[in-house]
Amino acid sequence: MSEWWTYSLSDFLLFSPRTYYRLFELYNVAVWPWQVLAIVLGLAVLVLWLRGGAWQGRSVAVLLATCWLFVAWAYLLTYYDTINWAASYLAAGFAVEALLLVWTGLMRNCLSLRPGRDVAGAIGLCLFVFALFAWPLVGPLLDRPWLQAEIFGIAPDPTVVATLGVLIAADRTHWELLVVPLLWCAISGATLWAMQSPDALLVPAAALLALVLACWKTFSRARQVSPA
Amino acid sequence: MAQMSPLSRRQLLRGLAGTAASALFRPQLASSEQARVLGNPIPSTGEELPVVGLGSWITFNVGNDLIARDACAQVMAAFFDSGGRLIDSSPMYGSSQKVIGYGLTKLNGPPSLFSADKVWISSGARGPDQIEASRRFWGIPRFDLLQVHNLLSWEEHLRTLFAMKAAGRLRYVGITTSEGRRHADVERIMRAQPLDFVQLTYNILDRQVEDRILPLAQDRGIGVIVNRPFREGELLRKIERHPLPGWAAEIGCGSWAQIILKFIISHPAVTCAIPATTRVDHVRENMAAATGLLPDQAMRARMIARVEKL
Repeated sequence: MSEWWTYSLSDFLLFSPRTYYRLFELYNVAVWPWQVLAIVLGLAVLVLWLRGGAWQGRSVAVLLATCWLFVAWAYLLTYYDTINWAASYLAAGFAVEALLLVWTGLMRNCLSLRPGRDVAGAIGLCLFVFALFAWPLVGPLLDRPWLQAEIFGIAPDPTVVATLGVLIAADRTHWELLVVPLLWCAISGATLWAMQSPDALLVPAAALLALVLACWKTFSRARQVSPA
Repeated sequence: MAQMSPLSRRQLLRGLAGTAASALFRPQLASSEQARVLGNPIPSTGEELPVVGLGSWITFNVGNDLIARDACAQVMAAFFDSGGRLIDSSPMYGSSQKVIGYGLTKLNGPPSLFSADKVWISSGARGPDQIEASRRFWGIPRFDLLQVHNLLSWEEHLRTLFAMKAAGRLRYVGITTSEGRRHADVERIMRAQPLDFVQLTYNILDRQVEDRILPLAQDRGIGVIVNRPFREGELLRKIERHPLPGWAAEIGCGSWAQIILKFIISHPAVTCAIPATTRVDHVRENMAAATGLLPDQAMRARMIARVEKL
């Protein structure tokens, strides 16, 4: 892209805010009652998180991967793609994240969550609970119709933020799993910012929090294993 | 175009011809309430084109939302009813091409349509496939005008477009840029290639094209299509809270949007402006700017002075 410095965020916005949020309305109506199942999956992750167990990491990874794949296919490819020609690339990113979750959590059994282990764990849990229960309320609180609510496992933003909660609470930082969610947060935040949405900072704030905690955990771990 | 100064014979004849053509093709326009829509000749052929067209950037990208698609079709219906002809789109604009095709089908393919689209793909070899896909989305036998979008791979695409024109599969060829980008390249291509149109950004606050590109277009006989006349609405949001100047009535303007449009279309190099909208009342308001008197040089200077102070 030549003269890239002359472009602003709004130059990349292909649709109006009205079209963007109306898409969620049409999507929510079309996929109903999958929202109920998605909330149940979210509750299942929460229960596994709090109870632990041998299959905790594997189960959480599979549940999250299922949500990422569903969002990739049902929202990004089927709906978002109708107004954004880049949606298929985004869907591919979501599919990659799902595969990474399965590889890391199910195949290698490297995802472990323990409630109350440290500050990162507590914040991660709060982020997950916020994404699961509070995120659907954000739109209606900002005077958007209930039908446009964004729900974990159905819409990308709460799914990504909930996943970030899980990843920063995990026993160790999985940077390979953080890349796609952080990239999505940057893209989604930029889109909402360009649309001047009042909630534009929510997703980037969650990403920043996750990034800071992931760095902190990495450096803390490095200090612990350092022979000095 | 009609200026504040008396109509020339050429302008009068052109206007009468335009009115006759409108009445011939679309009898519903013959009503006494319909003001005559001003037109400009396309320099390369002399074909008359109304001075206000319809853009589709963002506004027509509504996906498969049937309610929104019907609203866009209503905008198109109002546009044609008001005497509009040129609709512009691009493969870059998401679902806009499909939505235009939906609207054209609903309106039974208005015969006055002047279809303007673009080719926007980095591979020159894949240009023809993209053009064919665009044509199918519109549901028309051929495009009137195809432009190389933002000069992307312009050498390869221009070869394709000129070949299509020579084969009778396209009527006009153009290039586009926006918001002042790559003007040096635009100028170079305008000098070297037998273009019919150049599309660029020009409005009462963004006037850099007045220095070189617009005079060059006049010299070379290249039509000029003006995009983003309202800076995607930002310009109107900035000035609409201010009262209309007293002189607005002198040029038949009842809104700031009409003032902005009349400023653009009164430049002698400009063939037409292509504002985009989702609202029927706005498209009618825009088309009304294509009627009546246009500002002369003195008035244009007053318009600039006023808007720059806001």
